[in-house]
Amino acid sequence: MAISALVPAGTQAPHEPERRRGGLIALALLVPGLAYLALFFLVPFVSLLITSFGINDTATYGGYYYAFYWQNYVDVIAAYWPQFLRSFWYALLATVFALLISYPIAYFIGVTIRERKLLRNLLLVLVIAPFFISFLLRTLAWKQILSDEGPVVGVLQFVGLMGPQDHITGTPFAVVFGLTYNFIPFMTLPLFASLDRLDTRLIEAGNDLYASNASTFWKVTFPLSLPGVISGTLLTFIPAAGDYVNASQSFLGGPGTAMIGNVIQSKFLITVNYPQAAALSILLMAVIVVIVGFYVRRAGTDDLL
Amino acid sequence: MAAGAFAESGADLQLEGIRKTFPGFTAIEELDLLIPAGSFFALLGPSGCGKTTTLRLVAGLEDPTAGRILIGGQDVTAIKPHKRPVNTVFQSYALFPHMSVIQNVEFGLKQRKVPDAVTKAHEALRLVELDHVANRRPSQLSGGQQQRVALARAIVNRPALLLLDEPLGALDLKLRRQMQLELKSIQAEVGLTFLHVTHDQEEAMTMADTVAVMNHGRIEQLGSPQELYELPRTGFVASFLGQSNLFPAEVESTSGGLITARTAGGVVAMPAERAVVTSGAITVGVRPEKLRLLSEEPARDGLENVLGPGRIVDVSFAGASTQYILEIPGLGEATVFEQNMVFGSVFTAGSEVWVAWRREHTFGLDAAARVEAAEAARGDEPEDIADSVRVDGEAA
Repeated sequence: MAISALVPAGTQAPHEPERRRGGLIALALLVPGLAYLALFFLVPFVSLLITSFGINDTATYGGYYYAFYWQNYVDVIAAYWPQFLRSFWYALLATVFALLISYPIAYFIGVTIRERKLLRNLLLVLVIAPFFISFLLRTLAWKQILSDEGPVVGVLQFVGLMGPQDHITGTPFAVVFGLTYNFIPFMTLPLFASLDRLDTRLIEAGNDLYASNASTFWKVTFPLSLPGVISGTLLTFIPAAGDYVNASQSFLGGPGTAMIGNVIQSKFLITVNYPQAAALSILLMAVIVVIVGFYVRRAGTDDLL
Repeated sequence: MAAGAFAESGADLQLEGIRKTFPGFTAIEELDLLIPAGSFFALLGPSGCGKTTTLRLVAGLEDPTAGRILIGGQDVTAIKPHKRPVNTVFQSYALFPHMSVIQNVEFGLKQRKVPDAVTKAHEALRLVELDHVANRRPSQLSGGQQQRVALARAIVNRPALLLLDEPLGALDLKLRRQMQLELKSIQAEVGLTFLHVTHDQEEAMTMADTVAVMNHGRIEQLGSPQELYELPRTGFVASFLGQSNLFPAEVESTSGGLITARTAGGVVAMPAERAVVTSGAITVGVRPEKLRLLSEEPARDGLENVLGPGRIVDVSFAGASTQYILEIPGLGEATVFEQNMVFGSVFTAGSEVWVAWRREHTFGLDAAARVEAAEAARGDEPEDIADSVRVDGEAA
């Protein structure tokens, strides 16, 4: 505004009302979104935060009274740190496997068959197709396929790769497998979006400048697809770390595979210890924010393009 | 020539019986070419004539359907692009957007593990006068600067053969002139073999020692710019490289090394070695600046050809010269460039004039030349749209 004082009044005046109106419209358009966030994120978050400091009242079902009892956090960390570590370990494994599986798919759709629009769209539909079936149903289907009576175990036992007492369901393998499977579309789509925009003339330039195909991939293609890699890994890692379906004993998990999501679920719905459940939720959120913040800074997204 | 070493000098490029077909069309019909080491060679032609495909074949970005490519005597036809002693300055520049200017320039050196890559990269940037932007991103540079970075990125590797794919196409006229001179001096300085692909006939003529005019996947004519201009051998060359007046005629006699031909506007003669046909139908050609305009019928002195009378239908003043279009009954239109030796134009529209020119400035083409010339005049498009679209598709 200090600058506008130096400008002759006549030149500035015609633009002012228009700009102010533009600002008002922008604000009006933001209102629904802001209201939504306030109502469905900020209020529940504050409520959760308050609950996490409450004291559990064992006398009543699900009762607690308000306090500033930070001991909840100490208690849950002491009791559930293995589940925390396991959650992030499984989520990390699932993210890495999903990346390894999705990158070639996304490259094939976005670069190799770029000119064949029909085939490309067909394959994209196939990537998204699992979404047409409920995620719970798909996970249950895998439970059937991998169950002790299922075809996979049968074949593996027949060829002697599995003993008669071995299982697939209930193992860490099954949980990580389920997480990987369920999040592959979330990894593939952002990777595809990045690779689809890749200028293939840059690959030729890499080849022309003495870089083999592998070298060109690591020096040119992969760095240019980093925005997709980062969004894909975040879209996989964050929900996978908090997932409670795959690791649940009703689905692919077993007694030894409980993730933090399963603990939170049972605290809220089975043992109804709301303060501890809330403290676990806040901790999970905080750890994810720290990990993601560190990751995004290291990956240097600001530096890309 | 191993890819691991700096080229001491340029290398010969030899194309033997090259043919390239894509599904649905033939890009190169048949190509045999020898580009001597250290020369600045231009492939000139309109869109879709096969010149960019030729360049991509040499770079190894496409495989020929038939034929062999030799660089410095070594057959590289089956060698992968990253192992060829060749670098390309791409039409789109193709600078790596995620790297700084200096990282772009040292890329090739680092790939080959050349010592002192950074020092050499800075030297190359100094050569194109861009060392002060070494740490910027390509997107922060102007088009002309990006072009020079692309050039530095290629020449820093001292390839035996440098390929230039319309690298000046995106620059404005003034910058283009400046870059043409710079390129030529760099080529003279480092002594590499340059193969330059362009659709700009003026650029090809000012820069190259040898120009090959390409059309429909074949080389129409090859020679020094002066040879091509003064003695075109096909109607396409006569019209794509500068302008030509082409008149249909019939050979009357051949004697004493002189061909005499009858046109609807009079009899013309030319040295026999300047004609591609010596009997029957012939096309008589002459460049517009070789013509003199006369207001009276001149005496026939046996040294000059004279056509006329005709009538001037259009006069356009262009500063140093004036372009006259005249209509000669039975022959059609003729174009004359006259230097403005006095103030302004000498003739006005509607004047009756004769044109005269020296016999040795005449050239004789075959009867189909006028049809080819009309095609060449149409095909001079600024952008290689057909090429670039196809190139994108093939890259995958």
